[in-house]
Amino acid sequence: MNSPTTITVDVDELQAIANDMRLDILNMTTRAGSGHPSSSWSATDIVTALYFGGVLRYRPGEPDWPERDRFIMSKGHAAPLLYAILARAGYFNRDMIWRLRQVNSPVQGHPIQGLLPGVEATTGSLGQGLSLGVGHVLGGRLNNFDYRVYVLLGDGECEAGQIWEAAMSAAHFEADNLVAILDYNKYQETGPISREMALEPLVEKWESFGWNVVEADGHDIADLLEKFDAVANVKGKPSIIIAHTVKGKGVSFVEADFTFHGRALTPEQAALAREELNGTR
Amino acid sequence: MELGKQAGLKPYPLPLRNVFGDALLNVARENEKVVVLDGDLGNSTKAEYVRQEFPERFFNIGIAESNLVGVGAGLAGCGFVPWITSFSSFLLCNAYDQIRLAVAMSNINAKVLGSHGGITLGKDGPTQMGIEDLALMGGLPTFTILVPSDPASMHAAVKAATDFEGPVFLRSSRVALPEIYPMDDCPFEIGKANTVREGSDLAIIACGIMVAAALDAAAVLAESGIEARVLDMHTIRPMDINAITKAARETGAIVTAEEHLLQGGVGSNIARIVGERHPVPMRFVGLADVYVESGEPDDLLKKYKLTSADIVTAAREAVAAKA
Ligand SMILES: Cc1ncc(C[n+]2csc(CCOP(=O)(O)OP(=O)(O)O)c2C)c(N)n1
Ligand SMILES: [Mg+2]
Repeated sequence: MNSPTTITVDVDELQAIANDMRLDILNMTTRAGSGHPSSSWSATDIVTALYFGGVLRYRPGEPDWPERDRFIMSKGHAAPLLYAILARAGYFNRDMIWRLRQVNSPVQGHPIQGLLPGVEATTGSLGQGLSLGVGHVLGGRLNNFDYRVYVLLGDGECEAGQIWEAAMSAAHFEADNLVAILDYNKYQETGPISREMALEPLVEKWESFGWNVVEADGHDIADLLEKFDAVANVKGKPSIIIAHTVKGKGVSFVEADFTFHGRALTPEQAALAREELNGTR
Repeated sequence: MELGKQAGLKPYPLPLRNVFGDALLNVARENEKVVVLDGDLGNSTKAEYVRQEFPERFFNIGIAESNLVGVGAGLAGCGFVPWITSFSSFLLCNAYDQIRLAVAMSNINAKVLGSHGGITLGKDGPTQMGIEDLALMGGLPTFTILVPSDPASMHAAVKAATDFEGPVFLRSSRVALPEIYPMDDCPFEIGKANTVREGSDLAIIACGIMVAAALDAAAVLAESGIEARVLDMHTIRPMDINAITKAARETGAIVTAEEHLLQGGVGSNIARIVGERHPVPMRFVGLADVYVESGEPDDLLKKYKLTSADIVTAAREAVAAKA
């Protein structure tokens, strides 16, 4: 079985870490003057559960360890979240994250493979990460490794045809060590998903593509851990966890206004957000 | 951005993308056949201005560029004039084959907006930047390619593209560009370069944001007695062969400047024409074989050598290389 590097099973403690990371994301993006905090906060609890809940098997000191579990951030605009978690997991010095989006920095606006340890894939043009995941599954099979592959998808991202090409191939290859997590926050860039491009019925769509589908509360870490555990035992087909989330989770005025997509908070807004997130730095 | 300062150009308060949005709304008002297709970026490209006024003629196809192009091409087949809009990177890189068959080979009357062209979108970084869009468009022989350089020429280009019968690509930018032409008096004929500064010691041929940079460079060069002609090559195809040949003959040295990869870029096409018609020393300002990074547009333009100072250096070299 997996023997993760970091096991923290205390859910309250995980929630505290997630909260801290929301502050990191806030401070990173406000300092940079741009970025996607609302998209990052939406998936903060999911990624925290993965990295610190004993789900992912990884070695921060050996990022290319061939048997590591993979985490692919397909919705690459949530890069601040990826950098926040990788820093916290020990892949690089935390000071690095403050260089987000600055010139001469490896902390790019969207993740670029090879610039920072722990970044598994270059993403930012949406729709591509699930295919990479299928490739890692097939590669693991050829190499006789038992690692698992996790891919984080946006809901708007699922409008991309390549997602469904990847979904079809994952089922075809019976990729039961592949787990997609859908950050189902119900919004894309220009508006509510239901208004812009109807995605529902999502459960049925993924099931009809041959996937095992479970739903979760994407902000309830205990529930997420339970679902990660459950899908680990499914054989013969890939799994997707449809995680119901709130875009901008943690900051009320961002949750209430989808036009925050792709915008950093101003220093004034950030001060209010910081109060809500219950921290100072 | 300092663009246009040395040349004394007037800064314009709105980013070029907002000017595009206004221009698109104007043609939608004038021509009821105009329909707008969005790839979930209308708030960034400013195609959303049309959505607000003509919701029935606006379709958000979502984060699905291949489908976006196909649906647009279908509408063209019904006699509409589709403006297919997104970032140049996502649209061209994701849906190239759809653009190739359904638009270019079919030679239909569709317009493709590549917004956020070049590197001046800045902090979002290389995955979002369109540094190869003109090269990719170059691979589609039936496309007219337009790269306006200021607010007035953006208005003129959107109108000209809409009125033109056939596939047109138009590049827009995230940043604000200074005024080169009076707003109500911009000469704009597809395929005809504008001479925006006279000079006979060399010619700087530029497009997009590099036209203002070229005018800045010309102002600096004039201080040391070098008079540069500046051509605004707003149409990349069909290219104004006459203006290029004339510039080569009359000035004897050419510098090209583009916010794009040098490989397959505008300069290489100009070099082909110069080499064939009237060979003269040339220098090329553009991106070397690299992916650019996240950063403030000004920092990036400096680091990747796309400033007026880089044009000045290239110009001095080209002039020195004259026989
Ligand atoms: C191929 C492609 N098209 C368009 C974009 C621009 N874009 C960036 S984020 C975004 C919305 C993403 O929505 P969703 O997947 O729901 O992610 P969320 O931010 O809601 O988590 C869009 C359209 C892109 N990055 N890639
Ligand atoms: Mg979403």
